[in-house]
Formats: sequence, structure tokens, C-alpha cells
Amino acid sequence: MSKTPMLSVTNLKRVFDVSAPWLNRMLEGKGRSIVRAVDGVNFSIDKGETFSLVGESGCGKSTVARLIVGLYEPSDGSINFEGVEIGQAATRAKHPEIQGRMQMIFQDPYASLNPRWRVGDIVAEPLRFRRLLKSRAEIQTRVGELLAQVGLSPLDARKYPHEFSGGQRQRISIARALAGEPEFLVCDEPTSALDVSVQAQILNLMKELQRKLNLTYLFISHNLAVVYHVSDKVGVMYLGRLVEWADTQTLFERPLHPYTRMLLDAIPDLDMTGRARTPVAGEVPSPLNPPPGCSFHPRCPLANERCRREVPKALPVEGGAVACHAVEENRLPPWKTQAAA
Amino acid sequence: MTSPKLLEVKNLRVEFPTRRGTLVAVDDVSLEIAAGEVLGVVGESGAGKSMTGAAIIGLLEPPGRIASGEIRLEGRRIDNLPYHEMRRIRGRQIGAIFQDPLTSLNPLYKVGDQLIETIQTHLPLTHAQARDRAVKLLEDVGIPSAAERITHYPHQFSGGMRQRVVIALALAAEPKLIIADEPTTALDVSIQAQIIQLLRRLCREHGTAVMLVTHDMGVIAETADRVAVMYAGRIAEIGPVQDVIKRPHHPYTVGLMGAIPAMGHKAERLTQIDGSMPRLNAIPKGCAFNPRCPKVFDRCRVERPDPMPAGNSNAACWLVAKEPAHV
Ligand SMILES: Nc1ncnc2c1ncn2[C@@H]1O[C@H](COP(=O)(O)OP(=O)(O)OP(=O)(O)O)[C@@H](O)[C@H]1O
Ligand SMILES: Nc1ncnc2c1ncn2[C@@H]1O[C@H](COP(=O)(O)OP(=O)(O)OP(=O)(O)O)[C@@H](O)[C@H]1O
Ligand code: SF4
Ligand code: SF4
Ligand SMILES: [Mg+2]
Ligand SMILES: [Mg+2]
Repeated sequence: MSKTPMLSVTNLKRVFDVSAPWLNRMLEGKGRSIVRAVDGVNFSIDKGETFSLVGESGCGKSTVARLIVGLYEPSDGSINFEGVEIGQAATRAKHPEIQGRMQMIFQDPYASLNPRWRVGDIVAEPLRFRRLLKSRAEIQTRVGELLAQVGLSPLDARKYPHEFSGGQRQRISIARALAGEPEFLVCDEPTSALDVSVQAQILNLMKELQRKLNLTYLFISHNLAVVYHVSDKVGVMYLGRLVEWADTQTLFERPLHPYTRMLLDAIPDLDMTGRARTPVAGEVPSPLNPPPGCSFHPRCPLANERCRREVPKALPVEGGAVACHAVEENRLPPWKTQAAA
Repeated sequence: MTSPKLLEVKNLRVEFPTRRGTLVAVDDVSLEIAAGEVLGVVGESGAGKSMTGAAIIGLLEPPGRIASGEIRLEGRRIDNLPYHEMRRIRGRQIGAIFQDPLTSLNPLYKVGDQLIETIQTHLPLTHAQARDRAVKLLEDVGIPSAAERITHYPHQFSGGMRQRVVIALALAAEPKLIIADEPTTALDVSIQAQIIQLLRRLCREHGTAVMLVTHDMGVIAETADRVAVMYAGRIAEIGPVQDVIKRPHHPYTVGLMGAIPAMGHKAERLTQIDGSMPRLNAIPKGCAFNPRCPKVFDRCRVERPDPMPAGNSNAACWLVAKEPAHV
């Protein structure tokens, strides 16, 4: 394929310095602590497509999202939007129109809504910012429509965020994101605060808008069933790195990376009343001092000496790519077929 | 089992007086939780789940208030206690995990200091002992490098890690009752499993009772003994977990179960319940679900159903009254 993707990130990195203050470090004889939140991630998203990121809590998903919308600056690597480099703040500032075409729905609806603004003003903000509508009446009508689309009432525009439940607030932030008529929408856990029926409504709405307006989504969720339904492609992150990506069907039917397999095994199902699900083996490693080599090796049943030494490189495979020595060395056991369970 | 009722809520009603009239957020809710039991609470977003939890721990935000009803912990009424007495109960006897991790964490203090302070408020431990316990708690909820992490501030944690810190705070004093409002919402499946196992262990070993509010039906299935389904401030259905999931009686519960995205075949459109929950100031007459109910009939539009026996459960639906359960 030769067409330019809508968004591509190359060797994207972000570190955070979480060291104690200098004096404490001297007194306690400690060194610096650096979190490699995102450590060399590559992927691209085509226009009109939904790309999902999944992976353990703390693996760097939200950091990737924040890097893309410009809330953090990368420590290294590039972010390319329709051929324009926007990784560094200075270059991004030269393209304000791009910023306007992106919106983000945040993981934490509490922190992302200004408590002193009425809901109507919150939702109208992108409309005003992008000057999409001029008259007050037009704006008010549009805000009402947006609120109704996410299952709230136009009358809710007069209220303040604290008058709403958690899920209702999340819907306000979804309405706000949609108001800016973005072409590229970053959704960080957009529906995890919602009950399954409202979740279904929102996901159906997002899909409908995508079809109608050819929207592109970067979608982050820990709910694999949701990811399965909404995504065209899925990337699996582990400790700041993308360890596998593939089109959705391939990833769920023929996962290759041992970590992806472990994740799929841990999906809860409704028949397991009182039964513990397949426990996830091993300690969750710390991003403060990640294991050498393949960072998954302490938990991996297939780890060998090479895994403990050498970071695996991503290899292209049918439908995607995977970074695992076992795959390269052809010693990966077959994946159980779903039906056998 | 005839285990003693640790928590009893009777006819609870929570109101919000506003300039435009009084809103009823929780309406005539009754439920019980035994020691060692997990009661799951599910339902439409805005149905009153968090308000019910907040009422129990005495943390309704004004102008919200308990308008009527009773709340008892080990037989003792706690809904009318003075502030300082309730404060002592909170934390020591009832631990709360809020939906909003930011309300429980002070952004200006290190995570470890917040834990140590909570521990020392409730347990007679020295600073060093409290610190060890804090590290242990963080390890229990799956925070790696816990000893180092306790020196960090909340913003240096990921969303899911902050939520786990809040869980650790709630468990700090080994309370008898834990109100957990979406404790695993931002957590991936593996950490989720770990937290669930931790909660279940507390129930088993310490007889802790848990009210678990969550939208995740998988978590409910594997953790809860019984489930309450809420809609528009009321309990629509309550019963043993497998009955509610597999043999729901209330049409709202049926719709809710149908909306769970399934793995296996990819649907173009997820099943949803059309329409939305009524606003609190426009709850329809009769059954609150009637404008969206596929089974609605005349009686539903005039008379409000209370929970009544339906199989092993109780459901607030006139369909059940028409067809009384066989024993
Ligand atoms: N502002 C920050 N300062 C210091 N460390 C940070 C900061 N933001 C994130 N981190 C660290 O970076 C790592 C990745 O965090 P991130 O929020 O991207 O995770 P996540 O994959 O979104 O997790 P979750 O599923 O829990 O939301 C974590 O170890 C976190 O503690
Ligand atoms: N301060 C307030 N003033 C007026 N109404 C309020 C206020 N706080 C909450 N409400 C309303 O009370 C109702 C119950 O809210 P609650 O937070 O209990 O919902 P919930 O079931 O926990 O929902 P979610 O699943 O979205 O968290 C909601 O309809 C909400 O709009
Ligand atoms: S590279 Fe080695 S340790 Fe890493 S996932 Fe593959 S087999 Fe396991
Ligand atoms: S009482 Fe009537 S409207 Fe309400 S859920 Fe039952 S059948 Fe539907
Ligand atoms: Mg996150
Ligand atoms: Mg709530």
C-alpha cells in the first residue's frame, strides 16, 4: 500500500523522571529513577479506521494518546499526521488546523470537565473555538442535539458537572469531543464508566459517525470484548512497547505473542460464578526497572536464554507484526481453537 | 445460610432539593448484605448506585440528603449519627472505594504518606510499622516496586494505578464492610482478576461484606453472591447472581444482559435498549421503565410495581405478578 496513513508514529518514546529530590538522593544514596512510559512504539492508522491499544494498566497507553494530541512532548521519535510532522511542540504549533481536527475523550471524566462551567458551555467550547457556528441560537440547538445523541437531555445544558453521575459525566465529555467535528478522535477508555446498554448506544453512535463522516479513531480500552467489536486493527502494549499488532480477527483468532495469549485467556465470562479465572502468572514488572531483554520474560512460559538478553524486534507476520523470539525461532506452540473450550 | 445481616438498608430515599423542585435520586431502596457476602450492584448510568453507596457511608454531598429510611450496621442505626461518630465508623468499620479516585487522593501528598496517615488514624501502629503495612497493601493491589512508589505523587501514577492506591486506602484498616464503587473500571483484566481475588479473600478470611458497584458483568459473575439491578433510583431486580444473569425476570435486566458485547462473532451493531433513562424530574407514572419496555401493558402506566418474588429473585415488574412463581 502506498497511500499515506492518516497518522503514523515512529520510534515514539517518552520518559518521565520520577527521582526523589537531589538532596534525598544524596542522603539515601539512591540514583535517578526514570520511567520509560513509552519506549519505541511504531504504528500507523489509515483514514476511516479504528486502531485499538490494549495492555496492562501502566503499560503506556494513555501516554501514547497524550503524545499524539500534543499534551506531552515525545522524548524521541516522530508523530506524523497526513505527512506533516507534529511530534515536537514547535512544529506542532505551526499547524493549528491539525490540532483542531483532533479531539480526545479522556480516561478520567472528573478531571477533564471544568467544574465551574455549565454543561452547555463545556459542550459548546469546541464549537466556539473552531467557529463552527456563529449565532447563540444555533449553538444552543447543536448542543441540545449532541446531548441527546449521548442519551442526555438538552435541558441538562444548564447544569454543572457535579450534578451528574460518573457515567453521565463521561457522556458529557463524549458530546464535547464530538462537537468539534473532529476527523481524528482519540478515545481513552471512553465507555468504561458506562453500563453495558449505554455503552452499546455510544459505541453504535461512534460507528455510525465513522461510517457517515469517515472518522478515524485511536481507541484505548481494557475491555477486550469492546475492542473486538469496534476495531479494525489492535495493538498490544507491554511495558511501553508494542509487542504485537494485527487486524482484529487475526489477533483474536490466532494470537501469537505469549502476552497477547495470556490477555485473551484472562477474559472473564459469565459462566464463571465464584470460579477464579486463569490466574495471570508472575509478578507485574516495574516500569521503574524493566527486566532486560524481552521485558515479558519473567512471566513468559517460553522464555529462554536469548529472551533474557536480547530485546526482540518486531517481525512482519500475516495480518500484522509481532516482537517475540519464540515466533522467530519457530518454537511457538499452536493456539487452542476457541471452539475447544 | 442464616448468617447475620451485617448491613441492612430499609426503604432508603435520597433527595436533592433544587430550585426547580425536589429530585429523588434513590427511591425506596431496601437491601441487605451478610458478613462475608458480596452484593453486586449494576444498572443504568445515573440510576442511583453511587448515591446509595454514599448514603450508607454518610457521605452524601449537600444538598443531597437522606429523606427517609434506615441504615443499620450490625443492627445499629448509622444513618442518623453525628458527624464525628460517623467519621470514626468510616475507615475503621466501613471502607469506601469511590468511583472518582481523585476525591480520595490528595494530589499534594505522596501516596505513601496518605496511606500511612490513614493506617495510623485507625490502627495502633508506629510509623515504621504503618509504613511496612502501606508497602504490603500496595503490593497486594499489584503495584510493582511498591517500596519506591510510595514516595511518588498521585499524578505520577497511571489511571489504573491510582485506582489501586484508592483500593489500598480503603482496605487499610480492615473494615467490616467495603463499599466499592467501580473499583476495577479502569483496570485491565489481569489486575482486575488480582483485585477480585483480594476482595474475595477478605470476604472468606475476615468475613468482610462487600457492596460492589460495577458495570462489568464478568466481574459480577465471578465475584458476587447476589446482584441488585437498579433503574431510575429503584431496585428493578435483586437475587442470586446466576438467577439474575441467566434467568432475568425484569425486562430491563433482560435488555441489560442482551447488551453485553459477546466475543466470537463480530456484530455490525451492538444490541442496545433504545431510548434513555428518564430524567429525575420527569419519571413517568407507573413503572419508570414503561416508555422503553417491550412488554409494557396498561397496568404499567398507572401503578408503580414494588419488588415481588420471581423465582429465586425479586423483581419490580407487573409481569411477575401476572405469573406468580411456582414453588
Ligand atoms: N506525568 C507523569 N509523571 C510520571 N510518571 C508518569 C506520568 N504519566 C505516566 N507516568 C507513568 O508512565 C507509565 C505509563 O502510564 P500510562 O498512564 O500511559 O499508563 P496506561 O497504559 O494508560 O495505564 P492505565 O490502563 O492504568 O490507564 C506508568 O508507570 C505511570 O506511572
Ligand atoms: N448534586 C446533584 N444534584 C442533582 N442531581 C444529582 C446530583 N448528584 C447526582 N445527581 C443525580 O442523581 C442520580 C443518581 O446518581 P448516581 O451517581 O447515584 O448514579 P450511578 O448509578 O452511580 O451512575 P453511574 O453508573 O453513571 O456512576 C443521577 O441521575 C444524577 O444526575
Ligand atoms: S521473546 Fe521470549 S520471553 Fe519474550 S515473549 Fe517471546 S518467548 Fe517470551
Ligand atoms: S412493570 Fe410493565 S413496563 Fe415495567 S418492566 Fe414490567 S412489563 Fe415493563
Ligand atoms: Mg490510561
Ligand atoms: Mg456511580
